[in-house]
Amino acid sequence: MQAKPRFLKILDVVTAILFLVAVGMVFFYAPMEKTMGQVQRVFYFHVATAWVGMLGFLVAAIVGVIYLVRKERRWDIVGLAAIEISLVFFLIAIVSGSIWARPTWGTWWTWDPRLTTATIVELVYAAYMMLRSGIEDPDRRARFGAVYAILGFISVPLTFISIRLLRTIHPVVIGGGSASAEGDFSMTPKMLQTFMFSLLVFSVIFVDLLWHRIRLGRLADKVEQLRLKMVH
Amino acid sequence: MTRAKASPRQAAPRPLSAFLRALRAIIWKDLAAELRSRELLSSMLVFALLVILIFNFALELDARARATVTAGVLWVTFAFAGTLGLNRSMATEKDRGCLDGLLLAPVDRSAIYFGKAIGNLIFMFIVEAIVLPVYSVLYNTNLFQPGLLLVILLGSIGYVAVGTLLSSMAVQTRTRDVLLPILLFPLVVPVMIAAVKASTGFLEGLELVDIRPWLNLLLVYDVVFTSVAFMVFDYVVEE
Amino acid sequence: MIIVRKLIKRFGLKTVLRGLDFQVEPGEFVALLGPNGAGKTTFLRILASLSRPTLGQVQIAGFRLPDQAAALRRRLGVVSHLPLLYGDLTAEENLRFYARMYGLEQETRRVAEVLDVVGLTARRRDLVRTFSRGMQQRLAIGRAVLHDPDVMLFDEPHTGLDQDACVMLDQVLSEVAARGRTVVMTSHDLARAADLASRFDVLSRGVIGASIQRSQINPNDLLAFYRQAVADGNGAGSTTARSQEVRP
Repeated sequence: MQAKPRFLKILDVVTAILFLVAVGMVFFYAPMEKTMGQVQRVFYFHVATAWVGMLGFLVAAIVGVIYLVRKERRWDIVGLAAIEISLVFFLIAIVSGSIWARPTWGTWWTWDPRLTTATIVELVYAAYMMLRSGIEDPDRRARFGAVYAILGFISVPLTFISIRLLRTIHPVVIGGGSASAEGDFSMTPKMLQTFMFSLLVFSVIFVDLLWHRIRLGRLADKVEQLRLKMVH
Repeated sequence: MTRAKASPRQAAPRPLSAFLRALRAIIWKDLAAELRSRELLSSMLVFALLVILIFNFALELDARARATVTAGVLWVTFAFAGTLGLNRSMATEKDRGCLDGLLLAPVDRSAIYFGKAIGNLIFMFIVEAIVLPVYSVLYNTNLFQPGLLLVILLGSIGYVAVGTLLSSMAVQTRTRDVLLPILLFPLVVPVMIAAVKASTGFLEGLELVDIRPWLNLLLVYDVVFTSVAFMVFDYVVEE
Repeated sequence: MIIVRKLIKRFGLKTVLRGLDFQVEPGEFVALLGPNGAGKTTFLRILASLSRPTLGQVQIAGFRLPDQAAALRRRLGVVSHLPLLYGDLTAEENLRFYARMYGLEQETRRVAEVLDVVGLTARRRDLVRTFSRGMQQRLAIGRAVLHDPDVMLFDEPHTGLDQDACVMLDQVLSEVAARGRTVVMTSHDLARAADLASRFDVLSRGVIGASIQRSQINPNDLLAFYRQAVADGNGAGSTTARSQEVRP
């Protein structure tokens, strides 16, 4: 596994192209929203990154279970990669949400369910990284990482529900909303297409980054192995 | 030596009673040790009272405002003091290698988990049992309502279930004491929210039907996390 | 009693035990010697069922590890260099706790017996916190023999003990071993090991480099034997050599 596999090279190119197309769609294809203006365009990437961030957590939790059962190192690399990427994606989601919120509701931050849950999830990711960095033994690091990823993932729905039972002003775009949700808007077909496409693009970006990160992890292992051989 | 030698193929005698016996032994051991040194309880208590004191100054609570934040102050206090207890309880096992001693015994690992968890729960109850009357006296409110006590019970169980597992992990890392709150607090958010809302509900005399969702959430959390925690505990203590 | 075949233990990418073979007959007292970092403690922890083998077979008293570890623990007594005792409990309470964990009947009588064997009856009501290291070690041995195990594992039990404490410890060790138990003891102290053990194995570079019976060697030559085994291990790499005879 020295050179980049051909498929990955293709994927890199495809991802880049898709991303450019998505950006184009967001700015030129999708119509401008009536009430919120240009800033609403943030929405396409904002939701996509949040969605992908959660996907990463799901991947990490599943891979965590697999690791605990099979104890094979490669699952740990996948889990770490997924959480690392999700950490960044969620950060983008939170920040872009902030950018959207300011002109729309006049505030940088709202303590609504989705945003708050996202922050808590982000903190879980950070805690995961801190847990790993405090452990020397690689096997223990992998085991504890897997356990915490599983626990964290299970806590997310409960966290979300508990915050949701409190008030919300976050737009409930998908799945209908209660009357109390302000800042609602319904999507025209072009908007929907842009939205779906962004979702797809970010999923592809996630897979691409994941693949790269896993390769990086494996390479690091190889280097470590060589180093150990030289020491002995 | 009056015991006959058991042959290698013989099964362990009556696993359930062995489990319960080990459970009782671990709880008794923690209580007995704590009774002697009183380190854990005293530090938890002093810390809890200090937190209440700080809140008193930080929030400038007048009688009216106090009613709405009482539950919040109480639960923050319990959460922070609880961290101390969880840390100390596991540290005593780790320091003298006693965790190995427990692992060497022919008992199911879950007995260790439940033994420590119940011990931690008892310590939390003791602290809560002292904080409640103190708070009641300091602020002239009656906190001894059955509803509130129920919430404290459910909330503490959820907190300790996750906390015991996480402290077993944290104690095996370099950053030990600092790490536990970082690992624990994001995961117990549902408990905190539900406990505070339910407590406030009971204190303000809301209808049970309004409080029920929060109690349900606490119950679900307790069941889910106690099960998951005890299932993964093996992986946390065994190498 | 103890059969180990091709035991491999890895920590992440680092291999500590490299296909180790080891066999102990019932009643033998094996001193496991080796330089620091050779993997003695790792090996002992695996035998004690506290650590899982990465690859290979380990069988003790007919029980396979790690599958039958739970059943094995009843027959195993372990003393590590940490005391495994609770400082805030008395000696008696510590033993009583472990007696319960092992499900022993006639708890009180057994605890009293063991306290007597290790010579701590007079201090049974004292907190372990107040014990000297030597006394803690003796109590630790007491804890280990409480359930009358067939196999005993000692990990450098003499560490941190002064001369008198060592002598007392050796007394207890001999008594404990005399009852037909199988013992594996890792040690740095060749002289002490020479007095107690019936066999000496050297663990070097993740395998047993050499093994010799007490009857085959003059105690004075033990140091030379050990040095040779370690040097061979460094030179030859990871091959296993067995039973080298050393002329007295």
